[in-house]
Amino acid sequence: MAKKRGVGIAAVNYPTGMNLGGDPSQALIHATTTGNFVITLSSTDLGQGLKTVIAQIGAEALGVPFENVMIDTADTDTGPHCMGTFASRATHRVGNAVIQAAQEARKVMIEVAAEELEANPEDLVTEGDGFIKVKGSPDRKIHIVDVALAAHFKYGRTISGRGMYMKPKSEVDPETGKMDPDSTEAHACTVAEVEVDTETGEVTVLSLKSAYEIGRQVNPTLVEGQIRGGSVMGMAHALYESIQPYYPLVEHMPSGFSEYVLPGPMELPEIESVVLEYPSVNGPFGVKGIGEMTANSPIPAIAIAIANAIGVRITEIPITPEKILRALEEKGSKEG
Amino acid sequence: MLAEKLHVVGQSVARRDGLGHVTGKTVYVDDINFKDMLHLKMVRSPVPHAMVKGIDFTRAERVPGYVRAFTHKDVPKNIYTILCLIGVGPDEEPVLAVDRVLYQGEPIAAIVAETEEAAIEAVSKVNLELEELPAVFDVEEALQPGAPILKPWGANYFIYEGHHCRRVRFGDVEKAFQEADFIVEDKYQTTPIEHAPTETTGCVARPEPDGRITVYTNTQALFFTLDNTALILQIPFQKLHFVGGTVGGGFGGKVDVIVEPIATLAAMRTNRPVKYVFSRQEEMQCSSSRAAWRMYFKDGVMKDGRIIARQITSYSDSGAYNRHSPYAVTKHAANVAGPYRIPNVWIDAYCVYTNRQPASAMRGFGVTPASFAIEMQMDKIAQVVSLDPWAIRFINAYRNGDMKPHRKIVEDATLIEVMQAAAKMVGHELPEKFSRMSSWDGKEN
Repeated sequence: MAKKRGVGIAAVNYPTGMNLGGDPSQALIHATTTGNFVITLSSTDLGQGLKTVIAQIGAEALGVPFENVMIDTADTDTGPHCMGTFASRATHRVGNAVIQAAQEARKVMIEVAAEELEANPEDLVTEGDGFIKVKGSPDRKIHIVDVALAAHFKYGRTISGRGMYMKPKSEVDPETGKMDPDSTEAHACTVAEVEVDTETGEVTVLSLKSAYEIGRQVNPTLVEGQIRGGSVMGMAHALYESIQPYYPLVEHMPSGFSEYVLPGPMELPEIESVVLEYPSVNGPFGVKGIGEMTANSPIPAIAIAIANAIGVRITEIPITPEKILRALEEKGSKEG
Repeated sequence: MLAEKLHVVGQSVARRDGLGHVTGKTVYVDDINFKDMLHLKMVRSPVPHAMVKGIDFTRAERVPGYVRAFTHKDVPKNIYTILCLIGVGPDEEPVLAVDRVLYQGEPIAAIVAETEEAAIEAVSKVNLELEELPAVFDVEEALQPGAPILKPWGANYFIYEGHHCRRVRFGDVEKAFQEADFIVEDKYQTTPIEHAPTETTGCVARPEPDGRITVYTNTQALFFTLDNTALILQIPFQKLHFVGGTVGGGFGGKVDVIVEPIATLAAMRTNRPVKYVFSRQEEMQCSSSRAAWRMYFKDGVMKDGRIIARQITSYSDSGAYNRHSPYAVTKHAANVAGPYRIPNVWIDAYCVYTNRQPASAMRGFGVTPASFAIEMQMDKIAQVVSLDPWAIRFINAYRNGDMKPHRKIVEDATLIEVMQAAAKMVGHELPEKFSRMSSWDGKEN
């Protein structure tokens, strides 16, 4: 019996969005009379925090406090169209739509503030603290609640905006495969360290250390949530998960989580990450999608680390204890 | 790198829904109940391939609380394909089986009852007369002559504009293989995987007094689901009102349109709210999975580590029906050569049908298996040419301005930079030629 350690590295790219028949999302923004900015969408939040990051992008683009931005989603009677939350697209597509809507709304907000402050619209700035200020004259300022009230009751103007972002459809050339299927590329590199028990075939993932490049982080804590969740999902794919463990046979299908093994707290490795930011050409504030990618690099990194540890490459995932023991047995009989 | 001064983008503000999620206060679909609500459960095929000769509801009808059953005859446009909205065809999946089932767990009839227990009980009392057929589970066997044919167009593969697979052709791999110092080949395989969301797929459809139907759903794609539901039920789009937005985990499993059409139909026909939520067993055994992929790689490599040719034949085990798999195969084809500059690339990627529960969208959609195979292959190449695993990747890393095999110019590449950062994290000192390398080096490397 021996416990053998190995290290594996893997580097990946991941595309943001798609182009299926054109890939659009829309956003509408309006201000209430008391300075709430409501962003209306039909986008769905899968638990990753979309509603929060979209409110952040909206607040940034409007120049108002995050607390004043409300997300109203997802109701097909009121929310404008969204293709859906998938393909690592939502922050990129919806974010861009929100920025466009915010620019239209902000223009009205600034014009009304300029009237109230008796200033030129070009001289007004926002710093996200709720005030619209005259550049260089910090005392000449007006709060967004007063701007909203004035817009509605004094000037009869609506502070509102419409936004749309679409990746146009690109037909695939059937002969060469020429296509433009995505908007930008995020990247990841993971170094995995594992320990393999050659007696039982069990693999312990000791650490997953990864560098990611995702254009710009809107909310670093939510990015880290994606990283940790994705790392564990990738680890589960590499080592545990299959609904048909003897694929292509269909036997032993699981009926619940007691039969479909996922990593629990005891299996969690040390997860470390750094995030680089090189703004993308077309993302909102340079954003790229991170959603799907985080599960990808750990899979080959772990598989390579296992090969590095035991000296046998196993090219089918999940790499279960049974596969490891069979591979070791075969290696032993070849060498013996 | 980041010039703009931003105020709230880049800040870790607390998520607003977090407290609701962790205290159990967030309302999910299964929390939605109406007092006269019915429950829908599905009669499913117990075998992977069979002719349906008869369905007998006699014993089910005697179960207290049984309301009614639905078969394919009740579904206005029973045969559909999800991607029809973007021009992908032909229609090929029944909402409820007509005369044949292609996978174990395929829906044959829906039953609605006063309680969930009564619906489950009634389903168990339905007598199916099935004539089993030979099934095929292996993607390469499915493409052999003599395999049971699963599709009306007479083949077990999706047809891409007249081709039997999605092709990528870039440069001349055959010529490059002759010039290569080494040929490195291998086969890589992944297996079907469950999305495992905390919240299973489900919806509640409620008829409103004004004649419309409100559907509360945990779909990942609200309008896509509404549009498909209206088309399947052949009703005007304005009859439907979908409400959602809070999903207890998706991972691609809730992009299919499975529960909403039949629940909406049942609500329309009974004029009562209908709930249809998958059990965990249905989620694992009947709903879409991640496709299993088989990928054959053949690379031509020079002694200095440069990959000069890559030929790949991939098979997606898409299961019994299209769902989103035809598009996953295209996405796979665009990515399976990897983030490397390889001047000659040849890819044949097949979308293959078998007698397995349908595969569909899942996190990484055709790219996750590709990344597994690419990086395993890079490691093998490193060993063949006696380079360390960092070197092989730096030598081949793509740059901004390169042309990918699918003839898209690379922009926003940062593979080199993430590798440099990862090496630093683990204390691996890179040779200067790699530590000074940049994705903006251009083509002079």
